[in-house]
Amino acid sequence: MAALEKDIIRSQERVKKLHGFALFWAVVWARAYPRIIGALRQKSWLFFETVFPLMGVIGYIYVYRSVNAPQEYIGFVVLGGAMTAFWLNVLWSMASQLYWDKEDGNLEIYVLCPAPMMAILIGMAIGGMLMSATRAAVIIIVCSLAFGVVYNVGSIPLLIAVFLLTMTALYGMGMMFASVFLASGREAWHLANLMQEPIYLVSGFYFPVKALGALVATAASIVPLTLGMDGMRQLLFPSEQATGLMPVELEVVLLILLGVLFIGGAYFALRKLEQIGRREGRLIERRR
Amino acid sequence: MSNPLAIETQDVRRIYKIRGPKTKGEPTTRVALDGVDLQVKRGELFGLLGPNGAGKTTLIKILATLLLPSSGTARVDGFDVVRDTEEVKRRISMVSGGETSGYGLLTVEESLWMFARFYGLENKVAKDRIAAMAQIMGLEERMRAKISDLSTGLRQKMNFIRGFVTDPNVVFLDEPTLGLDVQAARDVRGFVRQWMDDHPDRTLLLTTHYMAEADEMCDRLAIIDSGKLLVCDTPANLKRSLQTEAVFNLKVAPLGAKPKDGDLLEAVPGVSRVNVADVNGHTELALTLRAEDALPEVLAYLTRRGSSLIALEKREPTLEDVFIKVTGRRLDQAADAEKAAE
Ligand SMILES: Nc1ncnc2c1ncn2[C@@H]1O[C@H](COP(=O)(O)OP(=O)(O)OP(=O)(O)O)[C@@H](O)[C@H]1O
Ligand SMILES: [Mg+2]
Repeated sequence: MAALEKDIIRSQERVKKLHGFALFWAVVWARAYPRIIGALRQKSWLFFETVFPLMGVIGYIYVYRSVNAPQEYIGFVVLGGAMTAFWLNVLWSMASQLYWDKEDGNLEIYVLCPAPMMAILIGMAIGGMLMSATRAAVIIIVCSLAFGVVYNVGSIPLLIAVFLLTMTALYGMGMMFASVFLASGREAWHLANLMQEPIYLVSGFYFPVKALGALVATAASIVPLTLGMDGMRQLLFPSEQATGLMPVELEVVLLILLGVLFIGGAYFALRKLEQIGRREGRLIERRR
Repeated sequence: MSNPLAIETQDVRRIYKIRGPKTKGEPTTRVALDGVDLQVKRGELFGLLGPNGAGKTTLIKILATLLLPSSGTARVDGFDVVRDTEEVKRRISMVSGGETSGYGLLTVEESLWMFARFYGLENKVAKDRIAAMAQIMGLEERMRAKISDLSTGLRQKMNFIRGFVTDPNVVFLDEPTLGLDVQAARDVRGFVRQWMDDHPDRTLLLTTHYMAEADEMCDRLAIIDSGKLLVCDTPANLKRSLQTEAVFNLKVAPLGAKPKDGDLLEAVPGVSRVNVADVNGHTELALTLRAEDALPEVLAYLTRRGSSLIALEKREPTLEDVFIKVTGRRLDQAADAEKAAE
C-alpha cells in the first residue's frame, strides 16, 4: 500500500487540472474553507465577534428604555447590532486581509498560482460572510427573545433581497479595500481602526440614520450598510416607515449600483496591484 | 513540447528604483540583472550560484512571472513570461527558503489542500497526491498538526509538497535549504534528485550560495555575480578548467604588515591567484599555482615575510576555486562586500 501511494507521485502520467470557471469555483471554496474552519477553531474571535456586538446592543437597549423610546427602537438596535458582526468582519478580515497575507508570505503564492485573484477574494468574502451570519443570528435570536422585539415583516422576499444586496455591496467594498489598504503602504491595522467607529455613527447602527440629517445620511450611503439597514428597518417595522431615509425600492436600486461599483472596483484595484507589484518589485512580497 | 529549452532568456535586465530618503549623489536605481542570457534544457537540474545580492532571486522572480524584466525577453516552458503569464503560471511552481506561507490555524493537510486547489487539482486527486507526498517526505505523522507547530525543517518539507504536488513542468527553488539543519537539507536534496530521476522531462532551476550543494546536485550551473552570468557549464567541466593549475591550501603564521616595496605574493613567479584570509590568529592562503614547482618560491617568500608554514594541503579544485577565478573573490568575501555596501 505504501509503495502504491508513492507511485502516484513517481508516475509519469500528467495530472489533470481544472480550467476556467471550474477552477474559479474550486478556488472560491478552497479559500472560503480556512475562513470557516479557522473561525470555528479560534475561540477568541468567536468571543470578539459575538459578545462584543452583543454588549453594545444591550447597552443601547437600556439607554433607549431609560428615555422611554418606542419599543420599535429596540428592534432597530438589535438589527444594527447584528449587522456590526458583518462590519467588523469586512473591516478586519476583508479589507485588512491582503495586508496580513503579504506579511504571512501568502500573497506571493496567491499571485504566483494560476488561481484568479478575484476568486480568492470572493472565497474570502463568502467564508467571512457565512461565519458572520451565524454571529448575527445569535445576536438577533438572543436579544429578540430577551427584550421581546416584535417584527412585523411586510415583504419577506424584498427583505431577503435587501439583505443579500447589502451583503454583496458590503463585501464588494471589503474586496476593493483589500487592495487599497495593501497599496496604501500603511499598517492595515491603523486604517481599519480609523474607519471602525465613524462608520458606526454615520451608518446608523443604533438609531435611524435619518436623524443625522438628510445630507450626512446621503453621504453615508456610500457605505452599503447605511442603505441596507435603513431598508431592512423599514421592512421589519412598517410602523416606523416615516423614519426611513428613502423608499425601499430606491434603496434596492442604489444597493445594486453600489455592488457593481465596488466589485468592479475590486477587480480593477487587484489588476493595478499586480501591475505595480510586478513593475516595482514590491507590494506583493513579504518585507524582510 | 518540441522546444527543447525549458527556460530561455535573452539579454534580461532588471533595474530597481531605490526608494526612501536619500542623500544627494546617492544612486536612485540599482541594476540587479545586467543582460542575462540563459538557456536551460528540458530535463536539466540547473543551478544558479552566487553571493548575496547577485541577482538570483530577481531572475527567479522574473521567470516565475512575479516581476517584469526592465528589458529583454524570457520564456518558460515555451511561453513568454510577460505576455503569456497565465500559461506560465499553470506550468511552474516555486519554493523559497525560509518561506512561511499558510494559515497558522490550518493543519498541514488542509493548507496543502487549499494550495493544490488553487492550481486546479481535483479534490480527490489533491488529497491522494498530498498523502503520497507526505509519505515520501516523511511528514505523514504530522499532517494533522497545525502549521504553526512545525519546526523549520518540517515546514520546508511542507513547502516542498506544495511545490511538487501540482505536477509542475518547471520548478524554481530559491535557496531551498536556507536555514535547514544538515539532515533536513539532505532530505530535501534527496527528494529533488529522486524527482528529477523519476521525471526526465521536467526541469528544475535552483539558486544557492552553497558551493557543495550546487556541486552535488546540478547537471549544469552558472555563476552569477553583480547581475551577470560569468560562466556556465557542468560542475565537472568548470573544475576541470582549472586542472592545468595546482591548488594548495596553506596555513601559515600571520604575515604581518604589507611590504612597502610591492613585494606581494601574487608577484612570486608561478603564482596565478591567491586569496588571503586571517582566521583565529593565523593566515590561510588559497593558492593557485601555474605549476606545482612554483611552491618552493612561495615558501621562500613566506620566510622573507617572517612567516612560517603550519600546514599545507594540495587539493582538487572546487567550485569555490572556480568562483575565485571568475569573480576574483571568495564567495563569503563577496557576501561581506555586499553587506558593507548596504
Ligand atoms: N525590491 C527591490 N528594490 C530595490 N532593490 C532591490 C529589490 N530587490 C532586490 N534589490 C537589490 O537587487 C540586487 C539583487 O537582489 P536579489 O535579491 O536578486 O539577490 P540574490 O542573489 O537573490 O541575493 P540573496 O542571496 O541575498 O538572496 C541586490 O542588490 C538587492 O539589494
Ligand atoms: Mg535571494
